Amino acid sequence: MSQAASSATPAAAASRAVIEARDLNLTFQTNDGPVHALSNVDLDVGKGEFVSFIGPSGCGKTTFLRVIADLEQPSSGAISVNGMTPQEARLARAYGYVFQAAALYPWRTIGGNIRLPLEIMGFSRAEQAARTARVLELVELAGFEKKFPWQLSGGMQQRASIARALAFDADILLMDEPFGALDEIVRDHLNEQLLKLWDETGKTICFVTHSIPEAVYLSTKIVVMSPRPGRITEIIDSPLPRERPLDIRETPEFLDVAHRVREGLRAGHSYD
Amino acid sequence: MNRLRASFPVLTVVAAILALWYVAAAGLNLQWERDQAARAKTEVPFATMLANTMAQDRPVLPVPHQVAVEIWETTFEKKITSKRSLVYHGWITLSATMLGFVFGTALGMALAVGIVHNRAMDLSVMPWVIASQTVPILAIAPMIIVVLNAVGLSGLIPKALISTYLSFFPVAVGMVKGFRSPDAIQLDLMRTWSADRGQVFWKLRWPAATPYLFASLKVAVAASLLGAIVGELPTGAVAGLGARLLAGSYYGQTVQIWSALFAAAALAAVLVALVGLAGRITLARRGQAGGV
Repeated sequence: MSQAASSATPAAAASRAVIEARDLNLTFQTNDGPVHALSNVDLDVGKGEFVSFIGPSGCGKTTFLRVIADLEQPSSGAISVNGMTPQEARLARAYGYVFQAAALYPWRTIGGNIRLPLEIMGFSRAEQAARTARVLELVELAGFEKKFPWQLSGGMQQRASIARALAFDADILLMDEPFGALDEIVRDHLNEQLLKLWDETGKTICFVTHSIPEAVYLSTKIVVMSPRPGRITEIIDSPLPRERPLDIRETPEFLDVAHRVREGLRAGHSYD
Repeated sequence: MNRLRASFPVLTVVAAILALWYVAAAGLNLQWERDQAARAKTEVPFATMLANTMAQDRPVLPVPHQVAVEIWETTFEKKITSKRSLVYHGWITLSATMLGFVFGTALGMALAVGIVHNRAMDLSVMPWVIASQTVPILAIAPMIIVVLNAVGLSGLIPKALISTYLSFFPVAVGMVKGFRSPDAIQLDLMRTWSADRGQVFWKLRWPAATPYLFASLKVAVAASLLGAIVGELPTGAVAGLGARLLAGSYYGQTVQIWSALFAAAALAAVLVALVGLAGRITLARRGQAGGV
């Protein structure tokens, strides 16, 4: 279905980029004067890429993700998502969004939470049930459908929120520090699962993180950002293979990429 | 055994209150006994006077067992159609209370929905809602009764409207808070799914507000009962617990006043408990134990 949608849109077919930002600026007016959250951002995200955004607080990585999702409006510049404006893309339900907090609705069961977007989008009951079962399987939460969120651990809740974002089969997944609040062990496990899921589904993933190892481990492309004004300082294409066992993190290639990211972050900070 | 232990402090307090009540009643009623004795020019032993303070027809302060006997007689030993039956009067007050409670809840919710969804209402309505509650209900109630009577409305509806006047307020305030309780992420999620306003309301704001609703309804149902009783005072004391109170004070029937007061208090307690129970059941069914 998504295949048909993208080929029906000439712009998307022409550029092949799923997300395309040109000279994007966003300024928030605050009481302390204007804050340049995004300054001259240029970026292409190709289909099926896994792109991480890394940088210190205030570098605009979350803001950029929110612009893609049509949750913030840019002040100037152009951005297209699937060849459409972000608003059109949002209305076409082109992406699933995973926030830092799982934000499951406490009065709904895990199954009920995953069904929520499906109910809103008007899927039939049978379709809702089938999709819920499938995504629960995908995030390894089968059997927890009838549980309430408080009965699950933090990591399981976040997996449920990922399942919720996957349920309506958008081909873009926007993830804003989804594992930021979890401990390292759970995080490793979820990173592995996310890679597997990305490999199986072929989705385009934009992933905001604070963690260098996480960014390097997951991404095909790492976007290093810097604050005041929020901007992209470096884009690193990862030479790592698509198949990534956890112990790839001890290989020289991995450490080399991590080193380049760290250098990039340091350079961005140099005239603070 | 645990339940027994838990109820021990409560029973202690109740016993203390009862003891204090007997002492106060004896003190307050003793003067009348003295006057009687003086009028009859007889010497009555103090112990006899003290005993008599507990059996006066129109005591300043009736003792608990007098009130208990009166409540028992007027509740269980009268036909419920009798004008002397507390059940009869209680039912009249209860029907106005319930009608007013339904009206008030509907009005409060409608206002809250408007305030949350409409900026003009947000800025303009709340001050009036608050101002409405600063007007003493005792001053307004007779006017409502008189005005409605002039347009041909009497009996249940005017009393219910006074209940409405009192009960819409907690519902409006609580539901505005409840409808606004979803946090930014929950609202953002709805936006990423391109949910329309109706979907955001029914799938997010309404369920998020449910705990607030039941907390508000507890206050509203008690206020509603108060409104119904106040509404019965200026009607010329025909029927209802309010009428019972008024008639009691006309004729110095303090025992009747106190028993009507206790009946009203018991009714309020039952209503609040029922709302609380409904809240607990509703929330437990969605996995939110603890309740309101």
